[in-house]
Amino acid sequence: MNRNGQKSSAAFRKATKSLPLPAILTMAGLLHLLPGRLFVSVVSLNNIVKRFGAFTAVHRMSLDMPEGSFITLLGPSGCGKTTTLRMIAGLLDPTEGDITIGGQRVNDVPIHKRNLGIVFQNYALFPHKTIAQNIAFGLKYRGVSKEESARRVRDALDLVQLPDVGDRYPAQLSGGQQQRIALARAIIIEPDVLLLDEPLSALDANLREDMRIELKRIQQQTGITTVFVTHDQSEALAMSDLVVVMSDGRVEQVGPPEEVYNKPASEFIARFLGTSNILAATCKEVTGDELLMEVEGLGPVALPKDQTRNIKPAEQCKIVIRAEKLHLASPGTPRDGRHAVEGDVETVDYQGQAARYFLRLGDLQLQAINMIEDSPFSKGERVSIRFRPEDCVILAGVPS
Amino acid sequence: MTIETREARQPWILLSPSLVAITLLLVIPLLFIVVYSFWLRTATGADQAGFFLDNWNEALTDAFYRDILLYTLKIAAITTVACALLGYPAAYFIARSKGNKALLLLLLMLPFWISYIIRTMSWINILGVSGAINSILISLGIISEPIQMLYNQVTIVLGLVHFLLPFMILNIYVSLEGIDVTLEDAACSLGATRWQSFLEVTLPLSIAGLAAGGLLCFVLAAGTYITPVILGGPSDAMFANLVFEAIITQLDWPLGSALSLMLLAVLGALVLVYNHFLGMGQLMKGLGK
Repeated sequence: MNRNGQKSSAAFRKATKSLPLPAILTMAGLLHLLPGRLFVSVVSLNNIVKRFGAFTAVHRMSLDMPEGSFITLLGPSGCGKTTTLRMIAGLLDPTEGDITIGGQRVNDVPIHKRNLGIVFQNYALFPHKTIAQNIAFGLKYRGVSKEESARRVRDALDLVQLPDVGDRYPAQLSGGQQQRIALARAIIIEPDVLLLDEPLSALDANLREDMRIELKRIQQQTGITTVFVTHDQSEALAMSDLVVVMSDGRVEQVGPPEEVYNKPASEFIARFLGTSNILAATCKEVTGDELLMEVEGLGPVALPKDQTRNIKPAEQCKIVIRAEKLHLASPGTPRDGRHAVEGDVETVDYQGQAARYFLRLGDLQLQAINMIEDSPFSKGERVSIRFRPEDCVILAGVPS
Repeated sequence: MTIETREARQPWILLSPSLVAITLLLVIPLLFIVVYSFWLRTATGADQAGFFLDNWNEALTDAFYRDILLYTLKIAAITTVACALLGYPAAYFIARSKGNKALLLLLLMLPFWISYIIRTMSWINILGVSGAINSILISLGIISEPIQMLYNQVTIVLGLVHFLLPFMILNIYVSLEGIDVTLEDAACSLGATRWQSFLEVTLPLSIAGLAAGGLLCFVLAAGTYITPVILGGPSDAMFANLVFEAIITQLDWPLGSALSLMLLAVLGALVLVYNHFLGMGQLMKGLGK
C-alpha cells in the first residue's frame, strides 16, 4: 500500500509537469481529496461469486484495489478475469457478494451511474460518429457545455497524442489509433475507475509493446485507478502495480509483479509465468535456519528456511527454480557458492541475446535460459548447472 | 487471353444467365407494354396499332385514377409504418437473443410455407360474420348480432401487414446483426441509459435496414392486388385492381398498359428519391450486402 502511495504521488508530480494547465487545475481540484483517500481502496470485491447455471465462473473472490494503482487480472482464457471485470463494470451481476466503488456498494447501481471508463477489446467506437463526437459522448450526459466539451476533447486528443483526427471517422484510423481514441473517450469523463478488457490483444506485436508503454504513461499522468485484464504475462509484469493471478475462477496470488514472478505461490503460477523447473523433493531434516531437502535429480540441497511454509521432516514437496536462475558453466570453473550438478545439453533454442537450453540429467529434463556473452553452449556439451539455494521456491504437495 | 481480360470477363459470364432471363422475361414484355400503351382500343374490340396519346391522357387527367393512386399510396404508407413499428422490436429481440436465433428465424419464415392467398383468406375465418371473434363474443353474450369487421381499409392494412412484416423484420434483423453489441455497453458505460444508448447508437446504425425494409414493404404494398380483392370492400380498390379490371375484365390492354406504367413510374420515382437520400449502397447493406 505504502509503495503504491509513494508511487502515485511521484506520478502526480511527474504528471503535473507535462500536463496542460486546465488538466493541472482539474487535478488540483482533486488534490484536496487525495490525502484522505490516498490509501483507500477504490474498488473492493467482497466474497463475490458468479455462477452461470451450474458453472461457477468466479469462486468467492475478495480483492482491494488501492487508489491510483494499476491492477492486472492475469490468467488463461476461462479463468474468470473478464467475468470479474464485467461485474465491476456492471455488465454482469454477481450471484453473491458485494462490490464497492469509492466505499459505496454498487451491486444495484446500473452501469450508466457507476462513473467508469471502459476500454473494450474491440474498442467499440461508434462508427457513425466522428472521433470528436466519440470522445465527447460521455460529456453529453454530464451537463458539460459545448465549449467546455470541445476544449476537453482537444486536451484528451493531445493526451493520446492524436491532436488532428477529431473530424475523422473511426474506420479511417488504424487499430492502434482507434485504441487511443477508445482510451481518450473513457478517461475524458474522469472516471473513478478505468477498466481495460484485453485492450492490446487486437494489435500486432510491435504496436502492442508501444501501446503498453503509452497506456502506462497515460495511467500515471491521470492517476486513475485502473483494472486491466490480460492473458499476456509480459503485459501484466510490465504495466502493473499489483498482479492478480487467476485460474479456474479462483485468485491464485496477489502481489507486485516481482513477487508474483519470483515467489510463485502455486505450481500453476510457476508454470504460467515464465519458464520454471518444478522438481519433486522430500524434506530430510529441519535445522535452525535451514531445510535439508533431497531434490529429484539434484541430490541433497540445503535451502533457507525463512521463505518457506512450515515443512516437516519426511514431507513431500516441490521445488520451483526459474529457468533463468539456472546458470550454465563449463565444468571445473569456480562455483561462487552456488549449488552445482552436471548434465548434458540436449537442445539449444538460440534467441539472439539469450538461449534456452534443454538439459538432461539422467531421467530428468531441466530448462535453463541464459544470456549469451560469446557463443552458446552447443548440443551434446557437458555443462555444470548452478543455482543459488535462495532462488528456489518450496511449494507443498507433489508436482502434477 | 491474359489474366486481366479473363478477370474482366468473369463477372459478365457469371451474370449472363440471369441477364438473359431478365431480358427475355422482364425487359422485352415491359417494352411490349410500353408499345401497347400507345395503341388505341376501338369500338369493335380490336386494338389499333399506332402512336396515340389517348390512354395516357385518360390515365393522367381522370380524377378517378388519381384518387385511387393516392389511396394506394396511403395504404402502402400506413402499412409500411405499421410494419416498422411492429417489426423493429421483433427484429431487435431476435438479433439480441442468445442461442435460439435459428429457431426464431425459422418461425419467421414459417408463414411463407403457406400460400399468401390462404393466409389472407384466413382473416375471413377470424374477422368474418361467423368468424372466430364474432362467435366468441356471441357465445359470451357480449354481443347479440355479429359485428361487420371485414371488407374495409383496416382489414386491407391488416392483411398487408400480416404478409409484409417478415420482410421488414428480416431487413432490420440483418442490419442489427451487423452492429457490435459492445457499442451499447460502451454508450452505457459513458453515462447513457439503455434507451439513450439505443437512440444514439443502435437506431442510427440500423437505419439502413429499416429504410430498406420500408422500401420493400412500400413497393410490395403499393403493387398489391390480392389483398384488396379478398379483404377490401367495394370502394377499397387499389391501383393494381384497376389494371386487372382494365386488362382482364374490359380487355382494354392499351389503357391497362398505360395505368400499369404509371404505377411503375411512381414507384420508380420513389426508389430514386430513396436512392438520393440514403444511397443504393445503404439499400444493399440493409438487404445483407
